[in-house]
Amino acid sequence: MSARVIQLEGVEKAYRFFRLADVHLSLEAGQVMGLVGANGAGKSTMIRLLMGMLTADRGEIRVLGHAMPAEQALAKRHIGFVAEDMGLYGQATLGWHMQLVRGLRDSWDQGYAEHLLRHFNLHTDQPVRGLSHGERVKALLLLALAPRPRLLLLDEPTTGLDPVARHEVLAELMDVVRDERRAILFSSHHTQDVEQISDVITFLDRGRIVESRDKESFLDGWRRVSLDLPPGVGVPALPGAVAVSTSGRAAVVTTREYSRAVEEACAHAGATIRDVQRLTLEEIFVATVTSQREEQQR
Amino acid sequence: MLCMLSMHSSLLIAHADARPMYLQLIEQVQQRIAVGDWPAGHELPSIRALAAETRVSVITIKRAYSELERAGLIVTRQGRGSFVAERAGLSLELRRQELDGQLAAAADLGRRLGLSADALAERMREVARAHEGPEAHREPPRSHEES
Repeated sequence: MSARVIQLEGVEKAYRFFRLADVHLSLEAGQVMGLVGANGAGKSTMIRLLMGMLTADRGEIRVLGHAMPAEQALAKRHIGFVAEDMGLYGQATLGWHMQLVRGLRDSWDQGYAEHLLRHFNLHTDQPVRGLSHGERVKALLLLALAPRPRLLLLDEPTTGLDPVARHEVLAELMDVVRDERRAILFSSHHTQDVEQISDVITFLDRGRIVESRDKESFLDGWRRVSLDLPPGVGVPALPGAVAVSTSGRAAVVTTREYSRAVEEACAHAGATIRDVQRLTLEEIFVATVTSQREEQQR
Repeated sequence: MLCMLSMHSSLLIAHADARPMYLQLIEQVQQRIAVGDWPAGHELPSIRALAAETRVSVITIKRAYSELERAGLIVTRQGRGSFVAERAGLSLELRRQELDGQLAAAADLGRRLGLSADALAERMREVARAHEGPEAHREPPRSHEES
């Protein structure tokens, strides 16, 4: 049941101006992984490595038990892949594309494809060229979802969608993991989507994985602690502190390891805790990336 | 349509709510049990079904269920699902817990205002009287007993 659907060990891929370095990552069946990173962080490179579209310079990649890219033909039968720049034939209709994929994939589920057509408000006789950006993304998702693949690799599936379309897409993605044998890896700038549907969250920055943890413990660890400092008392060193800002006798410490030890350290130093707030994933992402970059520059 | 509705748990996650999603779920399940919508032995949706319905990750639903289980509100039977615990007076207990929570907050506020326990209790009686509805107004005016 806890079969690994994705496993990367020490993966590297270098380009002239970019290098994906020492990537270790795994994803289990039944899980959704959200991949968050700034533009150029390496999200698409990683997804293309998983699809066997690129060959790693170093390291091992296994997808659904198959070594990539050597055994990609076997793995791809069970993968649904969507990327924004994917080619569709402009003059052909969505229906034509559905027939094409249906012919290639034994597992195509026509009833499900028709459900997706209705839910995504798409029509088989629409020529692809006339589709809006949102409709195009939904058409690509339909073609990837309808064969009910064991693994979905989705590069920015909700980017540029209007709120209604985004909800339709998230609903269909969560419907996929009703089946605990299936898994999804998706990249997104939209941290709220990632926070909502991911079991595991991975932050990628400048070609490195800076964090990869289960969502609940991840969000639980981060807190913003507001302190009142009596005269003569400095900001105490708190466990897991990544950022400190002070203004007069008030201080705000952001920590990634909130626990009783933080409260004890404050009490010990003589500082009073005025407020403790949770952070959104977006705030956590910015704080993580900023502190990592500062550390690298030191 | 009615049949469709009854299959759904109608639990909701509010993104404008700053509390974590698992806590929102716990509170809503407690609420269902407290008001008697979900009686003892009532079967809860499976973790994956509720995740799909609420569009919230499986790990979040799992966490909510395991905390509800630890609190003794639900029981999970391997391979059969999760059910509201068969405990006598569970719904009453939950409503009492909610009341105690509100009273504790009021007591806290009272203390900060410098009210004694007796003064707070007296204030509580006054507030309760003011909220009793039309019949309350038939009682003799309060100023009488206060003087």
